[in-house]
Amino acid sequence: MYKPPDYLLVDELLSEEHKIIRSAVRDWVDRSVKPIIENAAQNHEFPIHLIKEMGSIGAFGPYIPQKYGGAGMDQVAYGIIMTELERGDSAIRSAASVQSSLVMYPIYAFGDEAQRMKYLPKLASGEWVGAFGLTEPNHGSDPGSMLTRFEDKGDHYLLNGSKMWITNSPIADVSVVWAKDETGVVRGLLVEKGMAGLSAPETKNKWSLRASLTGELVFDNVQVPKDNLLPNVKGLKGPLKCLNSARYGIAWGAIGAAMDCYDVALRYAMERKQFDKPIASFQLQQKKLAEFLTEITKAQLLAWRVGMLRNENRATPAQISMAKRNNVNMALQIARESRQILGAMGITGDFPMMRHMMNLESVITYEGTHDIHLLITGFDVTGISAFG
Amino acid sequence: MKVLVLISNVPDTTTKIRFTGDNTAFDESGVQWIINPWDELALTRAVELKEAGSVQSITVANVGTKATEATLRKALAVGADDAIRVDTEANDAFAVATQLAAIAKDYDLILAGIEASDYNGAAVGGMLAELLDFNSVSAVSGLQIEGDTLQVNRDIDGGSQLLSMSTPAVAIVQKGITKEPRIPAMRGIMMARKKPLNVVAPVGADDRTSFVNFELPPAKAACKMIDEENAKEIITLLHEEAKVI
Ligand SMILES: Cc1cc2nc3c(=O)[nH]c(=O)nc-3n(C[C@H](O)[C@H](O)[C@H](O)COP(=O)(O)OP(=O)(O)OC[C@H]3O[C@@H](n4cnc5c(N)ncnc54)[C@H](O)[C@@H]3O)c2cc1C
Repeated sequence: MYKPPDYLLVDELLSEEHKIIRSAVRDWVDRSVKPIIENAAQNHEFPIHLIKEMGSIGAFGPYIPQKYGGAGMDQVAYGIIMTELERGDSAIRSAASVQSSLVMYPIYAFGDEAQRMKYLPKLASGEWVGAFGLTEPNHGSDPGSMLTRFEDKGDHYLLNGSKMWITNSPIADVSVVWAKDETGVVRGLLVEKGMAGLSAPETKNKWSLRASLTGELVFDNVQVPKDNLLPNVKGLKGPLKCLNSARYGIAWGAIGAAMDCYDVALRYAMERKQFDKPIASFQLQQKKLAEFLTEITKAQLLAWRVGMLRNENRATPAQISMAKRNNVNMALQIARESRQILGAMGITGDFPMMRHMMNLESVITYEGTHDIHLLITGFDVTGISAFG
Repeated sequence: MKVLVLISNVPDTTTKIRFTGDNTAFDESGVQWIINPWDELALTRAVELKEAGSVQSITVANVGTKATEATLRKALAVGADDAIRVDTEANDAFAVATQLAAIAKDYDLILAGIEASDYNGAAVGGMLAELLDFNSVSAVSGLQIEGDTLQVNRDIDGGSQLLSMSTPAVAIVQKGITKEPRIPAMRGIMMARKKPLNVVAPVGADDRTSFVNFELPPAKAACKMIDEENAKEIITLLHEEAKVI
């Protein structure tokens, strides 16, 4: 049985309700994710049936008001859900991040009432799957230089261009696509499955997030109804606000992957004997375990504090960058090192380390790379941009 | 039909059990509390029956101190409509049944778990039925409601029984009553905030038992590994060391 560490009694910072939320999502992950995820990852298959299950437990858009199908929860609750999902697998957490922060959030924050009512309840329940198209083949860290464009054709918009590395694009019922208008201003369009000229081929042969679907979005003269433009945001701050929400969730999520690795490694080190002693009795192994616990504890406090600031609408993008960068790197290092504690066993699918490790290679790259987040902090500290 | 589900607040089933006070009391420090697993199944079945339209309302009840309220909130999140906490320590099955009898008269159907996973007393359900003078049936592994009648499956030695019984009744349920416990959804958790949790004063009831002493089971002896080819050695060991054959 999974026993997550809580060295500084961070639990005492949570409400009773937060703990009920955690136990609910943890139970769901134990019941529905853990038993199937290793096979799904080995077979490079997204367990698509989990979308509806996540919808029914309420893992999509938990902070969206109940009127639109969400639960109206706070930011800490959202973080807790992400931690528990990512203990299962980063692919599952990714699906929830995209649906919640990158699709439901912009429709809620930048959409009009008709768009909210049309899309949000279906996305919340998992009846519909959403995707978020920002990255392009030639524009990743620098989305402001995107080439995807739309023209006003009187009764519709005409969309051309392409997006790459888009989570769930092959199955998305609706994609929030960021594209430039004729004046070069970035706007958000809601592109629906089945629109003529839209295709979404899958990106195969990934060694990371193998249980997640990734694909392209190709727009060849797609006619998008005018009602599908998100009216209430202009410029790159639209997608960046979505990323803030998702990055914040990832800062919590990564803790789940790290705790899973720590829990398994500690147990293994206590039981595995070499030279007639449990390997946990050797200083080199203790150093690893002690450092894992220290880093997990720091990450918990960072995530919690940013969550409290977000509850008060005070968290800055740079603070969120710091939390995402630190916590994902922490989890990746723990996955790598804990894998070593298990020796050869650690490379098999009987233990979760390799899977988490490979997943986290994506997590450290998407939603702003490890380097880019450092530049964001550097800019915040010095006021001098070192991006371009 | 108005249903009451009894909810016992028990330590998580993976809790490391320790005692204090010279082995006279359970050490509660660091313990995570959960809904007794059998009560959770009973509650899940009640929610299913409510969704199917044969139950009008579900109340959950617990005899316990304020510390048990988180567990009742979770029961509300799973789908109960309201909760009652009888504000006193639950130390003894008869005292608990007496407290529950004082609040349970007006329900058509009372669901109790076959036992609680902490002390495994398996007594409260039956005692409550007796105190209320309700029909009672134990080891229930299936429950349907048709109008005012209950259709009850019971596991018996070598088979199963289908009973039809009238209300008011106490059904003491076990595994099989539903597939798996219902996980509360996020919306349910938020709605639970607004559902009533009524605290009622206890009636006079004396504990009829007291704990004299607890003991942990003896630690597991080291495991002896015997080569799979070596059947002879295992027989010798069972005969000479373990003396079981
Ligand atoms: C599995 C997966 C799922 C994804 N899902 C989505 C999705 O749903 N939607 C979406 O829009 N995108 C998605 N992405 C894309 C992701 O956000 C991008 O990969 C990421 O932003 C990096 O862009 P890039 O890959 O083009 O790398 P590049 O931007 O080309 O960066 C390459 C390297 O150069 C470094 N670098 C770049 N600029 C600088 C600089 N100024 N100074 C120093 N170093 C620099 C980077 O840190 C990196 O190490 C996903 C990616 C993956 C792997």
